[in-house]
Amino acid sequence: MKLSFLPVLNLRRKPLRTIALIVTAMVLSAAVFGGYIFIGALQKGLDSLQQRLGADIIVLPEGAENKVDLQNILLQGTPGYFYMDKSVTEKLAAVEGVDKLSTQYFLVSANAECCTVQVQIIGFDEQSDFTVKPWLKEAFGGDLKDNEIIVGAGLSTRVGHTLSLYGVKCKAVGKLERTGTGLDTAVYTTNETVKRLIRASAEQGIAVLSKQSPEDVVSSVYIKAADGADIDELASKINTDIDGVQAVRTRSMMTETADKLSVISESAAALTAAVWVLAAVIMLTVFYITANERKREFAVLRTIGFSRKKLSVLVLTEALITAGAGSAAGVMLTALGVFPFVKVIEHKTALPLLMPNIAAVVCSGAAVIVTVLLTGTAAAAFSAHRLSHIDTGKILREGC
Amino acid sequence: MKIRAENITISYKKKARCIKALDAVSFAPAAGEVTVITGRSGSGKTTLINIMAGLLKPTEGQVYYDDMAVYQADDEQLSAFRNMNIGYIPQGASALAGLDTMQNILLPSVLAGTDKTADAEKLISAVGLERLKNACPDELSGGEMRRLAAARALINSPSVIFADEPTNDLDDENAALILKLLKAQAENGAAVIIVTHDSAAFAYADRVYIMDGGRLFNKENEHEDTLCRPLVS
Repeated sequence: MKLSFLPVLNLRRKPLRTIALIVTAMVLSAAVFGGYIFIGALQKGLDSLQQRLGADIIVLPEGAENKVDLQNILLQGTPGYFYMDKSVTEKLAAVEGVDKLSTQYFLVSANAECCTVQVQIIGFDEQSDFTVKPWLKEAFGGDLKDNEIIVGAGLSTRVGHTLSLYGVKCKAVGKLERTGTGLDTAVYTTNETVKRLIRASAEQGIAVLSKQSPEDVVSSVYIKAADGADIDELASKINTDIDGVQAVRTRSMMTETADKLSVISESAAALTAAVWVLAAVIMLTVFYITANERKREFAVLRTIGFSRKKLSVLVLTEALITAGAGSAAGVMLTALGVFPFVKVIEHKTALPLLMPNIAAVVCSGAAVIVTVLLTGTAAAAFSAHRLSHIDTGKILREGC
Repeated sequence: MKIRAENITISYKKKARCIKALDAVSFAPAAGEVTVITGRSGSGKTTLINIMAGLLKPTEGQVYYDDMAVYQADDEQLSAFRNMNIGYIPQGASALAGLDTMQNILLPSVLAGTDKTADAEKLISAVGLERLKNACPDELSGGEMRRLAAARALINSPSVIFADEPTNDLDDENAALILKLLKAQAENGAAVIIVTHDSAAFAYADRVYIMDGGRLFNKENEHEDTLCRPLVS
């Protein structure tokens, strides 16, 4: 027998009390860790989306939002497409305050063609693009050739494999990092390839364009404002001067999303804090009640020669063991319950969740365990003080 | 080891009344002797041995072990001293519920950082608990718990033993077994102080004192307000 085993032996003596303390610590750590992961994933998803949009203004065909909401494409991965006359591009280039612009094409793969779900196909102009290529470089260094694509992290297609889109074999030459947004299930390619796919769709009897040629349309125009230009004014000017389009500030689109996410984040943080306080109160109460029950036991330990310090260490060690076991279990259960189901959670919550990397998860898990250990120890500290300062003589004489 | 308690007074308040549980008691039990303190319930017997064991600070007075003033020592020092030198058998059930019989008996030696498994085996045998060596306290009767407490108090071969009603809950045979064990400790040089109502203990005593109204009297001079023993023997 070793003295260090005494806290374990004491905990084994009262299994129900021990389990209650472990479960409390487990719930606390699961709530804190889960809350941290959720809030962190939301923030990271939003940051990633903001980084990828990269333009000041997006110009879409008027009414496009009624047909397919761009935010749905970006955040929820709901595939969609819409087109407007290409002549818009020249009109936009002539607007004062426009520094750079680049066009994109949206297309959706046919049902059950290549993948289990419909895939959003996004084409960009290799010459003028300033929104996609900067972060596309991370996945693929060179220029995309005809029928070459870069696939989102959410698709199972591997680099080197081909994907059949409207009967056209497209080779995956790169795979993107996860963003936690709808962009994860998208395929990126050049405008020329998308036009070819649009033509191929017509040949297969799937007419995404009723009358126009793909050469005469674009889906969206991304605009970078000139230095010093007022972006709000520029967007208003475009909306006023050019018919059939609507200019949306990416920042306002993101602000709306960010506001929504901020409310969710704050609610999650408040819930986590409430669980924390509740768990701390439960632990404090259990330790307090336990302290009353254990006065005689500690009086006997004093007669044996336990100092006040040793008694405090005994109580605090018991608290550390229960809080440690509970917090480790809580972190592991949360990890097991969240990470395998990230996609399901994303889908159900329709939020752009981007999970932190493994190092950040391990660090935050360790931080949560330390936090719960400190909470458990703090809750036990009062009892430890009381038990180490009992009136041994009185308790031995009166038995309580 | 020379033990002496000098002018021990302890008072406390009860419903606005100030009660003196011990009134200037001086007491010096001798090493190698069994000293029995008897008296009515509430007369201050347990309070006196608690004070002498360093477990209850008196309002006035001091307890000395050789030159060490107990209530001037810090808690760590006093606790370590108690662990190594004082065996205390408390009144009532005192087995630690998380430990089995053997672990209960070994605990003081474990605290002292020594391995006394062989001594514990002997003590278990001496108190007749061999069969219950691995039993949990809730499997023990009141008498068996008293015997366990006695064995635990003796594991570190203390030079001073305080026993508070050590024969409570015991049948005559087991009471005699415990008293013989305590007598044997005294014969080996320990100072044994027994607080009891059990007159059977008197037969093992070298000296008997009576506690009455917070004062200590020599049994031969019962109710004479005299100092029971010289302070220094």
